[in-house]
Amino acid sequence: MGNPAGFIYSDREPPKKRSVGSRVKDYRELYKPWSESKIQEQAGRCMACGVPFCHTGCPLGNLIPDWNDLVYQGSWERALDALHKTNNFPEFTGRICPAPCESSCVLSINQDPVTIEYIEKEIGDRGFREGWIKPVIPKSRTGKKVAVVGSGPAGLAAAAQLNSVGHNVTVFERDEYNGGLLRLGIPDFKLEKHVVQRRVDLIREEGVCFETGVNIGVNYTVERLLGSFDAICLAGGATQPRDLMVPGRDLKGVHFAMEYLAQQNRILDGQEVLPSERINAMNKRVVILGGGDTGSDCLGTAHRQGAKEVIQFEILPEPPLLRRINNPWPEWPLVLRLSAAHEEGGSRDYAIATKKFTGAEGCVNKLHAVRVRWKEEQNKRMSMEEIEGSEIEIEADLVLLALGFLHPEQVGLLDKLGVVLDARGSVAVDNNMMTSLPGIFAAGDMVRGASLVVWAIAQGRDAARGIDEYLMGDTDLPRAVQ
Amino acid sequence: MNRMLPLVKQGLYDPQFERDACGVGVVANITGVKSHRIIENGLEVLANLGHRGARGADPDTGDGAGILIQMPHSLFASEAPRVGIKLPPIGEYGVGMIFLPGKDSEKEYKSLIEKIVLEEGQAILGWRDVPVDSSQIGFWAREVEPRICQLFVGKGSGVSGTLQLERKLYIIRKRAERIVSELTMRSAEEFYIASFSTNRIVYKGLLVADQVGKFYLDLTNTNTESAFALVHSRFSTNTLGSWKLAHPYRLLCHNGEINTLRGNINWMAAREPLFSSKDFGDDLEKLYPIIPGRGQSDTACIDNALELLMYTGRSLPHSLMMLVPEAWSETTPMSQDKRDFYEYHSSMMEPWDGPALLACSDGSKVAVILDRNGLRPFRYVITKDQLLVMASEVGVLDIPPEQVSYKGRIQPGRMFLVDTVAGKIIDDEELKTEIAGRRPYGKWLAENRVALKSLPMPAKLDEPDFASLNVRQKAFGVTQEELTLLLNPMAVIGKEAEGSMGTDTPLAFLSDKPQPLFSYFKQLFAQVSNPPLDAIREELVTSLESTIGSEQNLFEETPEHCRQLRLLSPILTNEEIQQIREIQEDGIKAHTLSTLFDIDSETGSLEAAMKILCSEASMAVREGYTILILSDKGMDANHAPIPSLLAVSGVHHHLIREGIRTKVGLVVESGDSRDVTQIALLIGYGAGAVNPYLAFESIFDMVNKGFLADHIDTKSAETNYVHAIEKGLLKIMSKMGISALQSYRGAQIFEAVGLGNDLVDRYFTWTSSRVGGIGIKEVELEARDRHADGYRASRSSGNSELDIGGYYQWRRGEEYHSYNPDTISKLQDAARTNSYATYKDFAEFSDGQGGRVSTLRGLMNLKFLDKPIPIDEVEPASEIVKRFGTGAISLGAISREAHEAMAIAMNSIGARSNTGEGGEDYRRFTPDPGGLSRNSATKQVASGRFGVTTNYLVNATDLQIKMAQGSKPGEGGRLPGHKVDDYIGWVRHTMPGVELISPPPHHDIYSIEDLAQLIHDLKNVNPKARIHVKLVAEVGVGIIAAGVSKGHGDVVLISGDNGGTGSSPQSSLKHAGLPWELGLAETQQVLVMNDLRSRIVVQTDGQLKTGRDVAIACLLGAEEFGFATAPLITLGCIMLRKCHLNTCSVGIATQDPILRKQFFGQPEHVVNYFFFVAEHLREIMAKMGFRTVNEMVGRMDRIEPSSAIEHWKTKGIDLRPLLLMPDVPKTVGTYCNEEQDHGLEMAIDNKLIELARASLEKQEPVNIELPIGNNNRTVCTMLSGEIAKRYGERGLPESTIRCKFKGSAGQSFGAFLAKGMDVVVEGDANDYFAKGISGGRVAIYPPEGSTFVAEKNFIVGNVVLYGATGGKVFIRGLAGERFSVRNSGAHTVVEGIGDHGCEYMTGGITVVLGQTGRNFAAGMSGGVAFILDEDGSFNERYNDEMVDLQSVSQVNDIVILKGLIEEHQGTTGSSVAKYILGNWDQYLKKFVKVMPRDYQRVLEELAAKGESRIADNGDING
Repeated sequence: MGNPAGFIYSDREPPKKRSVGSRVKDYRELYKPWSESKIQEQAGRCMACGVPFCHTGCPLGNLIPDWNDLVYQGSWERALDALHKTNNFPEFTGRICPAPCESSCVLSINQDPVTIEYIEKEIGDRGFREGWIKPVIPKSRTGKKVAVVGSGPAGLAAAAQLNSVGHNVTVFERDEYNGGLLRLGIPDFKLEKHVVQRRVDLIREEGVCFETGVNIGVNYTVERLLGSFDAICLAGGATQPRDLMVPGRDLKGVHFAMEYLAQQNRILDGQEVLPSERINAMNKRVVILGGGDTGSDCLGTAHRQGAKEVIQFEILPEPPLLRRINNPWPEWPLVLRLSAAHEEGGSRDYAIATKKFTGAEGCVNKLHAVRVRWKEEQNKRMSMEEIEGSEIEIEADLVLLALGFLHPEQVGLLDKLGVVLDARGSVAVDNNMMTSLPGIFAAGDMVRGASLVVWAIAQGRDAARGIDEYLMGDTDLPRAVQ
Repeated sequence: MNRMLPLVKQGLYDPQFERDACGVGVVANITGVKSHRIIENGLEVLANLGHRGARGADPDTGDGAGILIQMPHSLFASEAPRVGIKLPPIGEYGVGMIFLPGKDSEKEYKSLIEKIVLEEGQAILGWRDVPVDSSQIGFWAREVEPRICQLFVGKGSGVSGTLQLERKLYIIRKRAERIVSELTMRSAEEFYIASFSTNRIVYKGLLVADQVGKFYLDLTNTNTESAFALVHSRFSTNTLGSWKLAHPYRLLCHNGEINTLRGNINWMAAREPLFSSKDFGDDLEKLYPIIPGRGQSDTACIDNALELLMYTGRSLPHSLMMLVPEAWSETTPMSQDKRDFYEYHSSMMEPWDGPALLACSDGSKVAVILDRNGLRPFRYVITKDQLLVMASEVGVLDIPPEQVSYKGRIQPGRMFLVDTVAGKIIDDEELKTEIAGRRPYGKWLAENRVALKSLPMPAKLDEPDFASLNVRQKAFGVTQEELTLLLNPMAVIGKEAEGSMGTDTPLAFLSDKPQPLFSYFKQLFAQVSNPPLDAIREELVTSLESTIGSEQNLFEETPEHCRQLRLLSPILTNEEIQQIREIQEDGIKAHTLSTLFDIDSETGSLEAAMKILCSEASMAVREGYTILILSDKGMDANHAPIPSLLAVSGVHHHLIREGIRTKVGLVVESGDSRDVTQIALLIGYGAGAVNPYLAFESIFDMVNKGFLADHIDTKSAETNYVHAIEKGLLKIMSKMGISALQSYRGAQIFEAVGLGNDLVDRYFTWTSSRVGGIGIKEVELEARDRHADGYRASRSSGNSELDIGGYYQWRRGEEYHSYNPDTISKLQDAARTNSYATYKDFAEFSDGQGGRVSTLRGLMNLKFLDKPIPIDEVEPASEIVKRFGTGAISLGAISREAHEAMAIAMNSIGARSNTGEGGEDYRRFTPDPGGLSRNSATKQVASGRFGVTTNYLVNATDLQIKMAQGSKPGEGGRLPGHKVDDYIGWVRHTMPGVELISPPPHHDIYSIEDLAQLIHDLKNVNPKARIHVKLVAEVGVGIIAAGVSKGHGDVVLISGDNGGTGSSPQSSLKHAGLPWELGLAETQQVLVMNDLRSRIVVQTDGQLKTGRDVAIACLLGAEEFGFATAPLITLGCIMLRKCHLNTCSVGIATQDPILRKQFFGQPEHVVNYFFFVAEHLREIMAKMGFRTVNEMVGRMDRIEPSSAIEHWKTKGIDLRPLLLMPDVPKTVGTYCNEEQDHGLEMAIDNKLIELARASLEKQEPVNIELPIGNNNRTVCTMLSGEIAKRYGERGLPESTIRCKFKGSAGQSFGAFLAKGMDVVVEGDANDYFAKGISGGRVAIYPPEGSTFVAEKNFIVGNVVLYGATGGKVFIRGLAGERFSVRNSGAHTVVEGIGDHGCEYMTGGITVVLGQTGRNFAAGMSGGVAFILDEDGSFNERYNDEMVDLQSVSQVNDIVILKGLIEEHQGTTGSSVAKYILGNWDQYLKKFVKVMPRDYQRVLEELAAKGESRIADNGDING
């Protein structure tokens, strides 16, 4: 398989990004085109391992060595087939996945891993470009009706899978767009929205019914839902953001990251936003609280809006540059990452806890914080203490809270259904993704808490499998999570 | 119980796998003059072959010895009257030599046989008690000594000639044997008729060679006279031998082993119904079974077969040519008549294949025949007074040099006949020409035999239905992995795919995936008792040709006998099977039977379908069809295929039982057989040919879709695939030492694991399946499951790609692999952070406590005490780790960094690392200044002998002889040139960049007594080292282990089938050998039953991972434990499985300098891991109440089958045979507590060392002169060891110690001769002369007074200079087969050699001043040879695969050649050399230089860089 010595003679070479100067002027994707020969060379770096850790590092179990080999040989269409076997949406994961596959790639033990994610993206894009990805209409219909609540990656995956085995699927989405976080949460420079729409349209053409603006439990009763469908898949995400209850939190200019990002996405789609509602970083000093992916998305967006300065604070200590001994390969590496947004500017500071916001005229203009020290307790948990005399205050015109998400919104759909929740407030499910209520399944962040798109797809697939088996007694749908 | 009992089948022991090997001798007066002197000579020869036999636990009890002579009429004339017998003239009476069971039942047996004699109308002349002296024989022999009587039978009325009487005696004997075999009392086992003839008699017994003459007083009676004597001394694997297993048999004695025995017996039984004879008439019935299979050795069986053939009216040599034909394929030069003879007879009978030296007599002629491979030595001397002395060795009879007229040897495939009536020797050519001319065989063939290629092209040829291919592929279990990993390389490069790192998937019966029936079978292979072959380098002896069709009566020879279809290959293309289907010839008619079954469970079942199939087959045969095609074409949603293996084997055995099997040939047309092992199984269970149509269709489909590289077309893809399968088949056959497909067919060289007895007895009769397993119902369920994969109505609209696979490479959710991401990462983490808790997580995964069981040990529970003992009472971990060793992984297979890390780790804890077969840098023998030692304690001696120098051998505490390797038992190895860098080449004493081949067999081990010889050689060179023998588990391995213990091995290693490897064909990796649990338990049982356990250490390895694994291994009988994969993983291995590609990304299995820099393993990681395992074991020991490992060894009673495991396929598994603890007296040791007696004090070398003390201590020169005999084996070796110990690599200055020996040197003369020794033999020498010579100098020439022409006589035996690394050897005279094999540095001159000269040579210079045999330079990748080619015929006899022929024109070459010839002349006084030198210019032109192409290329590359050979320039750093 592949080119056994490929990795010896070729180094990792992902596609080049556009220059910082050019890319911050628009919201378009960052990457320049990648030549076919380069892609094949890069795919040839895959070693076709006897035990491919990437394949288990991927929540979907993508058949990475297999399609790398096919790409290396130039069999793109077969590569696409192999990729679609486990992944409904390679064009999404190929763009926005943090690629645990690459950090568990065997090459990453002592070299740079294979550019798995970029290859995945190329396979998906090529599939659309060449017209290989076409709506596949089910051979026959089962007559069973399934509702999927939520059109994020979990919901879409579940819908696509359920439809493929002949069920009549309706997807309910409370927003005006389908796609969930893919559509409204992630900035265009990471995932242009026509990519999402293309897939939604395809699924629709395959026979799935999409109903937007339907918020079950609010403008569509739970009873009606229960009465109209043979099975239900809850895929509403974990949208309850973590808040920061400090003095000054209610000052104007302190926003949840998701408010900020969604608004920008709507504007890019041509929606009008009232000036009073507009959150704009133009010429502002922006402080982003939270050092995760959402924080990075805010960072990139703020630069594109023309921020004067952007600072990102993280409460945890600065991660190491290399893996610590207790965080060995193939585990997910807890190391300092440099996202594309970081290349574009802004500064990062670690081990900082925000104490309060102050401002004038109801608007924030200052953030007060203190440095903290982390210690390992007896029970191996980390605890934090403030460092005396380390108080700082900085000017801040716009504060974005990217502190993560707590759990699904419990009021409305979930409490009215009465599904059992787990200790973290997420929906509890069994091995087949069924909730405490027969016929009601759940998937994605609603089950797992805020997590990766790739996990959402995996769970959506598994929920579909569970539903199919529940409805029909058996199933041919594959299980994603082992 | 306080005494040992004779062995019967119990536990895993089955006596049918007992093996033996031997010394054979013949003494004859060529002119037929009878004398007592011949008997005396025979007994002397026998005594001098004593060391080739063996003794058991009781040192005075031999394995058996005996003598066959002509009827001693003068003796009986004087003795008979004393017991009241009135003796008729010779020829008018017969004598039965009969072993009767003890006194109580003697009478009954006597009257039983008397009754038969009378019923057959013959006269009873009387009984004579054979006078014996039991006082000299061993205790055990006496315990089981029979009453030995002679029955004298006279001619009855109606019997005229001697021949008729002889025939009657045959009938009487066969009837008696059959009646006795049906008796149930134990005494019946002891009844035996050693001979029953009018013209010859056999005296034999459970004796040591020199006891024969003392025991049988008749033999010392001077009235006993004969013109010839055949003698035999036996080395058997078991120790509680029996009297009747001694040779000679009624017609022959044998050195060797019949590999295809099971098939030969089955085929003979299948033929019986076709027999008809006017001589025997209705009496034929009384002869059946011709070969009583049970309780007989292979020799007894071939004796039965030979006897039958002779009673069909064929002469002794004619019969032998049928049983053991020489290689007769088109590539072998021979007359057309002879080839026709062999081809004609191949339609009557398959060869009895395997190494065989048979010495036979019909009473007046003595014939000796050697099989086509010639792996058994047989030398002879003819004296001027017409005495012939032939034996496995020379020097067995003292003959004055001036009396010798000729010294020769028997060549591969040749026969030698003495006709004492005609009074002359008839040579092979004359003999065979005469026999081949008996009938117009060629004409008969031309008129009757039909060649496949002569058949018309098929009228209609079904085009593959690609539309349904996907469904059919799924229903036949094809995966994407199979397409890419297996079929693709076969179709593109015509070779089977290679893999590495062993197999770690579950046994078939423990797999959750539906398994093809094929996967329940494991290939058997040859080890120790017979050698595997090298089908690549010694292709000339192999053959895939066969015939199919109806056989005829064996008692006749008619043109119709060869009315059969002849196939050049058993693999049929889609056209070819259609040609056969449409065949329109008289007497050849094909009929297709469908092998599908109705899946509706109401109406169909697999069992019912098999019944119908079998009865349809019978019907078709009775209707006159001669070829049955079993076809699973036409499958649909309602009809699933019967597994083709079940179909063919079921029909095969059914037809045998019906007595009509030989009337028909079976051809399989199947979709489920696609890889090499599968097709080998079909043939092994009776198929004459196979059409793997789905493999072809899948390949064509890939071609059409452009999935195959190089845009290959369908025709070449088809040809390549067929070629790959053919090569693979030859490899599988040659693993068992089988040369001819015709013999392999139906030979059932497989063992089943996980198949129930009912299933096996009915459909796979005689196959071993020792722990039971699934029945036909489960086979059916799996067949249905697979079928459903293709035909289940799926609602899914997803793509229809095949399953991904996961059998060879791990894939999530697919087949389980014990090394998976979880276990690998946990193990690495534990070792690196020294975390026992993490190790325990790993162990839990690995041991399958979570319910995932993939091994036999997973089905076992340990019996814990209610109250454990305190753990601090258990012996400490630091002691336990000393029992651990790492696997034999060569430097070359892995990088220097990884190899040394392992050695450092093991040395630091007092355990043992293993060099593997690649030699070792001698600088590692001395510890670093800091005390760190990189010296591997265990040094391996494998078939390639790379870097096996005297110095290497003396720097080991353990020397391991690798007989086989778990991942590819029965195969050799190959290190590709790109892995041989300067350092590796230097360490291996070979040229960098040149490919290195390890032969499948050790060329000095063709039998068990040869192994004993190598053990002796190694013990001599390093008396302090323990000598290990590494075996691989298979049925009968325990019996081989017993042979190893008897051959004085100190340690026997039983390797499991799943161990790692750097490179191996996938079919071997997956399907050869057995799990160690079975092999180990069998070994423990057999060793204990034979009281051979206490003197040998038992080691095991093969995917041991945890303390629990070690505990089970210990309870099953091991006291030392080997690990290879696990320590490699702790050093960073991540099971890339790319070792064979040199692209290991973590710098372990690679020589690429860039990748080696990536190695980051630390010895401490290995150490941490081993302490975890030891600690884990201690926890278990405490729970079981064992304080020491020794107490625990072999306590199978402390294991119970697990009841917790519920797998639908494990219901029928029965582990009781595996867990049986033999019931033996308390005095019998169950673990090693004493040392082997190697008898080194007898060695001449003790004296040599004494005499050479001044040289050893002060480097002063000494001269030594001593007589020598063939009993003096391995001479000068212990002294060489002493030199190496003192002076290391550089040895002593040249010729410091000069020795001269007069006489016949025993085997292995001058083995590992060290530098500084200069040795001369005046006389002759036996096999393995100068093996492993490491810098010494040897010369051999005929004794003073000889009158024979030296250069026309054989002076040394076979396999001279094997594994030589340096030094010089001069031989005045001829040498046998495989001269200079694997030489990597010695310079030698010889005056003529046998077949396969310079095989696998990698260095040094070989000069042959005369003729070579066939296949010269096969596998020769380095060094040069100069051949004096006087008649210009050399180019017919060399193997051109790797070498070119050149003239000797370069000045350098001329100087070297001339110098060596001069030295030869000066040292040996050679007259040939003198003549050549005297006519140098004229002779120089007649020399041919044999130059390996690879070697030439590398030399040219070096020359271009301005360097000479690197290794000569001193130490190399890698």
